[in-house]
Amino acid sequence: MALYPDSRSAALPALSAAQRVHGWCSPEAIEQVASVMGVTPAELEAVTTFYDMLETKPVGRHSVYVCTNISCSLRGADALLAAVQEAADGNREFNVRAFECLGACDIAPMASVDGVYVGPLAIEDVPRLLDDVSAGRDVLPDKQLVKRPCADAEARG
Amino acid sequence: MSEKLLFKDIDEPGLNTLSVYEARGGYASLRKALQMVPEDVLKELEASGLRGRGGAGFAMGKKVSFLPKGAIEKYLVCNADESEPGTFKDRELMQKTPHMLLEGLIIASYAAGTSRSFIYIRGEYVQQADVLDAALGEAREAGYVGEQILGSAHSLSLVIHRGAGAYICGEETGLLDSLEGKRGNPRLKPPFPANQGLYQGPTLINNVETLSTVPAIMRMGGAEYAKLGTETSTGTKLVSISGHVQRPGNYEIELGIPSREIIYGLAGGPPEGRQIKCWFPGGSSAPVLTPEDLDVPYDFDSLAKAGSMLGSGAIIVVDDSTPIVEVAMKLAKFYRHESCGKCTPCREGTNWTVKMLERIDSGQATPMDLDIMASVQEHIIGNCLCVLGDAMAMPIGSMIAKFRGEFEAHIESRRLEPVHA
Repeated sequence: MALYPDSRSAALPALSAAQRVHGWCSPEAIEQVASVMGVTPAELEAVTTFYDMLETKPVGRHSVYVCTNISCSLRGADALLAAVQEAADGNREFNVRAFECLGACDIAPMASVDGVYVGPLAIEDVPRLLDDVSAGRDVLPDKQLVKRPCADAEARG
Repeated sequence: MSEKLLFKDIDEPGLNTLSVYEARGGYASLRKALQMVPEDVLKELEASGLRGRGGAGFAMGKKVSFLPKGAIEKYLVCNADESEPGTFKDRELMQKTPHMLLEGLIIASYAAGTSRSFIYIRGEYVQQADVLDAALGEAREAGYVGEQILGSAHSLSLVIHRGAGAYICGEETGLLDSLEGKRGNPRLKPPFPANQGLYQGPTLINNVETLSTVPAIMRMGGAEYAKLGTETSTGTKLVSISGHVQRPGNYEIELGIPSREIIYGLAGGPPEGRQIKCWFPGGSSAPVLTPEDLDVPYDFDSLAKAGSMLGSGAIIVVDDSTPIVEVAMKLAKFYRHESCGKCTPCREGTNWTVKMLERIDSGQATPMDLDIMASVQEHIIGNCLCVLGDAMAMPIGSMIAKFRGEFEAHIESRRLEPVHA
């Protein structure tokens, strides 16, 4: 809170931190944040419901956001999402969600797995993706965005 | 081969670290800028003709000059909430060359006379925010950020602030509310952020790519930079290209080259045997263009003249394998989801549009519905606090106008089908 001229600016970082501890923005989590920040729980609830990454219900601890926006859907994201949902069905470890454009259309269709971007994903990759997460392994190391070179061949020299 | 300013050495291993960045000449532009008076730095920015790379294309130097002078608390905010569908250029910059952004931001803060700055990065970019955090730590350690930078009178604090998932926070006033810890609702303009922005203070807001270009401008000199590109669209631009192309990705181009060269030459065009149906030249909010427009030069004014916009520089290609109704539906649902709900035309208009598209797809619509849908789009444009509603209305309106025949055929074929599931 000391980072900001107005401590209220810490709302998003504080709620995100509380979510990491509690698993979601539960009423208890929100009350704790509110008492530290000196604002009312209602103010923070209003903030929580506005943002897609803040969970208002208990969810699985591993998030799998499948991008279903335009560029990914042109490359089969809807079928991918259905496959992930089916494979994770009944497994309470996972929080599988369709998500708006995640800013990685170059690896479409793609997903963000606990914040790690992977793609382009084929339906066949889904079991391995979930297995990697369940086993606590690095998820699909060969498909991680951060390991890809820039597409601009001239820039690569 | 076009000149690489932002993507120079982009895949150099370790470019995200201070030592490699400095070895490649990094932070020399900052040293040079600090030897000058802020007014002269501003003059270089103005001379460069650099236009904002976030979407609106407003002249960066002019934006800086709008800030009131004098010893009042002013803020610099970097908009790193890259959320426009199809756009992923800022992500690559922050991931691979974070110090270029920091250096540009520090120079801009010097020119603008701001002593507090923030980078608002979208919450989904976890890995990029981690990279930025590490880079900021190094920059602070080296004395590039903090009190009396490199022995000068200029001081700057910098906070990297992570969002939590909301498209509207890329809209500058929505971003400011979000940064103040509220729901990211856009504000009424005027007052513009340059007068009354963050915490009601004068605020300069710039996109990641815009700020990342500043070190190159200082190195070359504004006039030299302005020789690149066209007269009114100077310099190079990162283009994110995606959808139905063979080599999707980010490319640095000189503004003004034919769009065809980007779509076919760089990205390889659509898959074998398919034809381009339409393309978005500047993110999903841009009116669609058709194959007939492929020779339009890729710059701000030429694309505007062609009835669309350069926007964030994100080209999305749709080939003939995808029905236009499907594309329209995807977009309409997205904007409905992301509408903050504050203004009626946007909140209701995005919802109505989705419902009308659903009627079309379920065989309940008549061609008259297309006229109603087109008129809904017209009534959204210009009638809201921000342009989110317009961002749906412009592409959907253009699709109805340019692909009316396909919409009508879709309506007809669905009507003839037995009850659609």
